[in-house]
Parts: sequence; C-alpha cells; structure tokens
Amino acid sequence: MSAAPAAVAASVPAAPPRPRFAWPWGRLRETALALAIPAGLAVVWHLLTTGRPYSLIPPPAEVWTALVDLAVGGINDDAFSATLLTHLGASLSRVYGGFGLAVLFALPLGLLIGRVPLMRQLLDPTFQILRPVPVTAWLPLAMILFGLGPRSAYFLVFLGAFYPILVNTIFGVRSVEPRLFEAASMLGCRGSAQFARVVLPAALPSIFTGLRLGLGFAWVVIVVGEMTGVQTGLGAIIMEARQLSRTEIVICGMIVIGVAGFLSDRIVMGIGRRLLAWSPSHG
Amino acid sequence: MAEPTLPILEIRDVGKTFAVQGQTVTALKGANLTVARGAFVCLLGASGCGKSTLLRIAAGFEAPSSGQALMWGQPIAGPDPSRGMVFQDYGLFPWLSVRDNIGFGPKSRGRPAAEIRDTVARYIDLVGLGAFADAHPHQLSGGMKQRVAIARVLANEAEVVLMDEPFGALDAMTRERLQDELLELWSRTGLTVLFVTHAIEEAIFLADRVVVMSPSPGRIDAVHDIALPRRRDVSSPAFNDIRRMLSAQLHSHHGRVAA
Repeated sequence: MSAAPAAVAASVPAAPPRPRFAWPWGRLRETALALAIPAGLAVVWHLLTTGRPYSLIPPPAEVWTALVDLAVGGINDDAFSATLLTHLGASLSRVYGGFGLAVLFALPLGLLIGRVPLMRQLLDPTFQILRPVPVTAWLPLAMILFGLGPRSAYFLVFLGAFYPILVNTIFGVRSVEPRLFEAASMLGCRGSAQFARVVLPAALPSIFTGLRLGLGFAWVVIVVGEMTGVQTGLGAIIMEARQLSRTEIVICGMIVIGVAGFLSDRIVMGIGRRLLAWSPSHG
Repeated sequence: MAEPTLPILEIRDVGKTFAVQGQTVTALKGANLTVARGAFVCLLGASGCGKSTLLRIAAGFEAPSSGQALMWGQPIAGPDPSRGMVFQDYGLFPWLSVRDNIGFGPKSRGRPAAEIRDTVARYIDLVGLGAFADAHPHQLSGGMKQRVAIARVLANEAEVVLMDEPFGALDAMTRERLQDELLELWSRTGLTVLFVTHAIEEAIFLADRVVVMSPSPGRIDAVHDIALPRRRDVSSPAFNDIRRMLSAQLHSHHGRVAA
C-alpha cells in the first residue's frame, strides 16, 4: 500500500509556488545608509539648539516652520511667505542660463584649443591667467560692466561654469587616441569634418565630466551671483535674511540650493549614462 | 608580346629619415617594390627594419624623404579610402556600434542611407558578426574587433588592404582562424594585400611574395615568391625548406648587426 501514495503524489502536478513577498532590502539599505549621517547631524543639531532662547542657530523645528512658510505661506505673513517658487524659479533660470552660456562658449573654444596648436598658443595663456581669479573678485567689475540686476548675475554664473567645462573639454580632446584620427583619415573623414565625427564623440566622456562640474559650480556661485542687487533668487533671500538676522531663512535657502543642485546633478548624470553607454568608465 | 600592366602599388627608391632627439634616424633606405593587383605580399623582418614605415608610406600617413610612392602610377599624397589600413590596435571608434563602425567610411563619403545599410549588412555577414551588429567595441574580443576593422576597410571600397601586424595582439588559435578567414576573403574579393609581420611562419602561410627586410638602415634585402598551393601545410617539408631559408636570411642580419 505504501507505493500508492507515492504514485498519487507523482501524478498530481505540484502547485505553483506562491510568490513570496521580498522586502526591497537592497534599495532600503542604500537609502538608509545615505540618510544615516544627515539624520545623525539633525539629531545633534536638535539637541544642541532646542530649548535655548539665545541660541544663534535656530533649532530644526524653527527651520522646518520657516521652510513651510516659505513654500506655502500662512504661518508668518511677511515678505518671505509663499515666495519659494518665485525665488527658486529665478535662481534656476540664472543657473541654467549662465550654464548654457558657458557651454556655448567653452565647448567650441575647448575643441579648438585642444586640437589646433595655433589656437592653444594664442588663447590658452590668457585663459590660464584669468582662471585663478575667484568669481567673488569679479563682482565689482561685473556690476560696472552690466549694471545692477540679473545680467551681472548671469555673467558671474557664466564665469563659474566656464572654466571646468573649458579645461575638461581641452583635456578630453587632447586625450583622443591619435590612432582614431588616422583611422578616420584613412576612411575618408579628413580635416574639419573630424571635429564633429571624431573629436566630439571621443572627447564626450571628459566633456561630460566638465559639464557636471560646471553645473555644480554654477550652483555654488549663485549666491555670489545674486549679490548684484537682484530682488528674487535663493542667493538674494539668503543675503537679505542675513541682514534681518532671520537665520532660519538663511538655512532654508541653503537647504533648497543643496536639494536643487543635487537633483540637477542627478539629471545630468542620467543623461550622461544614456549618451555614454559605450564608455566603460561612465555607462 | 605581353602588355605591361600598371602595378597597383609602386615604391621607387623610397627613403625615409626621422629626426629623433636631435639625431637623424634612417628608417628606410633605397626601397624598391612593385605590387601587382590581386597579389598578397608580406613584408617580413625584425623590429626596426622599416617595414611599418614602408607600409605607412604606402598608406599615405607618411611622405617619403626621397623617392616616390605611387598607386596606379599616381603619386600617393595622403590617406585615402582606396588604401584601407588595418592596425594592430584595431583603431575602432568606441562610441559606435559594429554596424556604425563599418558604415563610418561610406557615411563620411556621403553615400545614401539605403546603400550604406546594404553595404554594412553584406560585410557584417562576410566577417560573420551578424549577431553582434549592435554591440560596441568594448564588448568584443580581439578577434572580433579585428574582423570589424577588416570589414570597415572593405565596406569602404578599398582596393588595397594594408595590414600592420594585425594579428599580433591575438592568441595563437584566434590568429590561425583569422589567417584562414583573411585568405578566404582575399581569394573571394580579388583584393591586393600588403601585410607586415615579424613571424616567418605567418608570412609563408599567407603570401604570394615575401619581402625580407633588415634594419640599420631599414632596407629591402630580398623578395621571394612562394609557389606552394594553398591551403599551405605548415608541417610539410616544402614549407619548412622555405622557413629555414628565410630564417637563415633574417638571422644573418642579426649576426651582421651584432658583429
């Protein structure tokens, strides 16, 4: 009789296994590790500042309230309420506008300087001398040249983003394997046609690094850029809040710049990953 | 009365000197060579004998310091699609797929898109890389990369294929397979091949004519016709007679240099 159950068991098809719920431990772990230090810092910040009436640095709760007010209003009813979108938009336009200008100038210049020795001898020394001058030092001259207002801001952001893009483009161009130029010539692509078909794609990984750095610098420089007498912008409200001793607004401004810059960078990295899938070091 | 046919390549008394750190180096001196259309010619010699220099002059990457390099009787002025070159380090464009690498030449020359598609498809099949048409060079093995390099030169209507130790970086088995494939391609397409190598066996296996070169200064010593029928057996007595003869020639140069 013992054979029968075995035979029955064999003839009944096994039920499909129930899908097991798996915690997304991988992603959770990654996020948890990323948040560990900020969370820790927030706790330390809270402990050091809450409950002290004369603390110069506002406690996290106050900063949070200020942030909410800045975003949607309704808590204080001052000049800062519900203005976040306006200021963020203004800063975004300046960051990307200045960055776009920088790309427009630095990319072709970088390709030329990298590839044509005469251009390098003509232009490179001048650029290298101007490079160490900090953007802050350009502020007075910018205001004289472009007057008060957004144009000076664009110029300063442009300056900040220009050099990383230029230097990395030149480096990328000069790192192109000479063999690729020989191969292109042999295949019928000669002279200036090589710029678009060989130089640009071959240098693209380095160019992309330059773009990432340039955009990062644009965000770093936006605060200085907005000290040119503009009314809107994250840098502008940071400076204004500082003069009014509204330190919680200053910290809000810093947080928003940090997050916005981080998201910008992620977007650029995502684009880079797509375009540079062929490059082992990027894709 | 036989009509003289114009050779596809002619090297007339070509010399090449380079200035290296203030000194003049004679890479090539008094080289004379004619290559008939459809021939498979090997340049054989040790390092420094000028074989790669001669190849690059034939390609048009270098200009001779003296003498003339001619293709179909016309002086060679620079690189040209009719003289395709296959490099030892492949020289594939890393940002392009296999398909786009092969199509690079026709695309640069402005061929219509449909024609490019057909050409590329034909040559991908010819070198047997159909399954890898959309792969990028970093995903390919050395042998596959070299096949792409050969295909892209052929797809660009090269009349002469110049090869600079193309199988040097590959393992022995891949090398043998590619040698066979190259001979197959050559016999099917009627191409002219000028092949540089330092490996005696490779030269005898592949070539109709072996040009023996020696260094200091780089020069052509002798040209041997290899009359063995293909597919050549590397262990046959006839093959080994030739191998011994060429080996002796090459080593006598060594002795002379060392003495």
